[in-house]
Amino acid sequence: MAFDKMELNEIEVWDGNFAAAQALRQVQVDVVSAYPITPSTPIVEGYAKFLADGYVEGEFMMVESEHAAMSGCIGASAAGGRVATATSSQGFALMVETLYQASGMRLPIILNVVNRALAAPLNVNGDHSDMYLGRDSGWIQFDAYNPQQAYDLNFIAFKVAEDHEVRLPAMVHQDGFMTSHTAQGVKTLSDDEAYGFVGEFKPMNDMLDLENPVTHGVQTEEDWHFEHKARQHHDLMTKVFPKIEEAFDAFEKLTGRKYNIVEEYMTDDAEVAVVALGTSVETAVEVAKEMREQEGIKAGVIGIRVFRPWPFEYIAEAIKGIKALGALDRSSPNGAMGALYNELAGILVNSDEKAVLTNYIYGLGGRDLTKAHLKEIFKELKANADAGKPTTELQQFIGVRGPKLAYL
Amino acid sequence: MSEMKKIKNLKEFSTSADRFEGANLLCPGCAHSIIVREVLNATNDDLILSASTGCLEVCTAVYPYTSWDASWIHIGFENGSTAVAGAEAMHKALKRKGRLKQPDKEPKFVSFAGDGASYDIGFQWISGCMERGHNMMHVVLDNEVYANTGGQRSSATPIGASATTSPAGRVSYGEKKNKKDMVAIMAAHGIPYSAQVAPNKWKDMVKKIQHGLEVEGPVFINAMSPCTTEWKFDPKDTMMISDLATDSLVFPLYEIIDGHKLNITYRPKNVIPVEEYLAAQGRFKHLFKDEYKHLIKEWQERVDKNWEMLQRREEAGV
Repeated sequence: MAFDKMELNEIEVWDGNFAAAQALRQVQVDVVSAYPITPSTPIVEGYAKFLADGYVEGEFMMVESEHAAMSGCIGASAAGGRVATATSSQGFALMVETLYQASGMRLPIILNVVNRALAAPLNVNGDHSDMYLGRDSGWIQFDAYNPQQAYDLNFIAFKVAEDHEVRLPAMVHQDGFMTSHTAQGVKTLSDDEAYGFVGEFKPMNDMLDLENPVTHGVQTEEDWHFEHKARQHHDLMTKVFPKIEEAFDAFEKLTGRKYNIVEEYMTDDAEVAVVALGTSVETAVEVAKEMREQEGIKAGVIGIRVFRPWPFEYIAEAIKGIKALGALDRSSPNGAMGALYNELAGILVNSDEKAVLTNYIYGLGGRDLTKAHLKEIFKELKANADAGKPTTELQQFIGVRGPKLAYL
Repeated sequence: MSEMKKIKNLKEFSTSADRFEGANLLCPGCAHSIIVREVLNATNDDLILSASTGCLEVCTAVYPYTSWDASWIHIGFENGSTAVAGAEAMHKALKRKGRLKQPDKEPKFVSFAGDGASYDIGFQWISGCMERGHNMMHVVLDNEVYANTGGQRSSATPIGASATTSPAGRVSYGEKKNKKDMVAIMAAHGIPYSAQVAPNKWKDMVKKIQHGLEVEGPVFINAMSPCTTEWKFDPKDTMMISDLATDSLVFPLYEIIDGHKLNITYRPKNVIPVEEYLAAQGRFKHLFKDEYKHLIKEWQERVDKNWEMLQRREEAGV
């Protein structure tokens, strides 16, 4: 192959975007089909520059929209090779039609989603509206809380998605700006280690196998559509978690870095805990420690590492013994309870656990979730735990101007 | 290089389809299947194909069946062109990386789409594919209407046609807008080759398809596809209607090289009045009422003017 390897330091100072771009280079993605959008653009720019500098071999299709970007990825993936792209927010929304097509056609495309709010009003900063929009699309969704994880989870995503027993596309999420543009120390893999971990792409039903023509993207009506969708759901429910566990184990052996489908922090003896995604998990862990040290509140944090498939049983295990849970949703629920609240309620309703569950809506459009906010939340959860019932409204908005917004 | 196929006669040509099965669900008399056979039969090259959502797609790949004996992909209504462009990019990448399973073969990439999927909803995607210079061919099966959804107007629907969303009625003569000149728009991308073809002129079609597959870069083909259902004519008359279209010059056959040099490829010996073309189809029936007869005159004038324009462009030779 005609490309040069890159010598990386053991620890590089990378932001989340560059970490993801480096991962795409190291797994030698064959085709990137992409369209620029803030804050994810540097990921595909990075791939283009590596290509221009001869550090990766592949094709970069700079197309005319995100819909076309994913369409190009689908064609390229069906042709039989390793495919990735990146997007955010409005671009993600424009891709939605093709996201369902990619997963329904069982194509292992990797999409780096740098989470950003959805307009209107227009906003370039991070929240989880786009991630939530993707949750019924049939993709696997990994969530990174920092640049290191944005790097690592790309390798995991390729390994799991491309497994012939899985054959499903996967998203690697990171928070817009908070992760994507914040430079931190990132422990690297060498090019050989990284490529070796993911392995050479093994095509299946590839259009470019000219001796074995295939038909992709057929029509099915009431006679077969349900079976196809059921099979996809079945594989998401039964095959994906074992494969992720396997990949996490292999990755730990290689790097010493341990990932879990649900990340638990101080939950063993926790009386109260928040459940969160993204950068907020790290802030919450810091505050939980302070609550223990300063307030004597046995606080814990549950971080969702895999958002889809939804880790129902892992969370059921994680919440054991916890008396009050706060679901932190960083997306406007627009007339309902937040998504995490509803998912957790679904676990609790048939459980022997009797945790009081409340919902906090925070951080829309990049608004900070401060330590002070989290302290307040933990105190409220403690009051709920002591009372054995909610002492606040079920849903509260955190950090928004004007009179307090709370419902139910 | 494209592998040229020697074609002796129509019988041999029309029966040599081994990559598009007659077992499909298209209407009897539908020109789509005729055009697809003509395109596929024009070459012995390996083909990677796509179809955008539409009649061709829903009638040829209904699980667990397929009419396609070449690799084929459908994603959605607007993006069949980009699907093939993605496959073409992957081919380039794998070729360079030495990972092709049959490295000695050079497949050709062809996307099929209706006029709705090309002139309207897929316009941007096709423009992108043409502009980026993919080595691919996009073929429009132009039946001038959204046939698959039951006959709504598209921007390819001609003036005076009755479509379900621009119906002729007590106070309307149907579609009010002239057909979009898609070939000119695509040629304006500076692509190496664009052309109009019609199923009745199969030798012209074969020549153009073979040339299109041979040139490097994006190729745009607009194929007239008479629709028995929506144009409202007897299924046995598809070729007759095609003859009327090409011989009345309503659908002139020409090609544009490198985005500018225009060649007319068919000159009817006896040019037929446009009125005969219109009269043969139910979609124009209402134009023959007294109050709309002036529209037939206008139709003739428009066709004459267009033909003159094409001739002048050809003469100019620039």
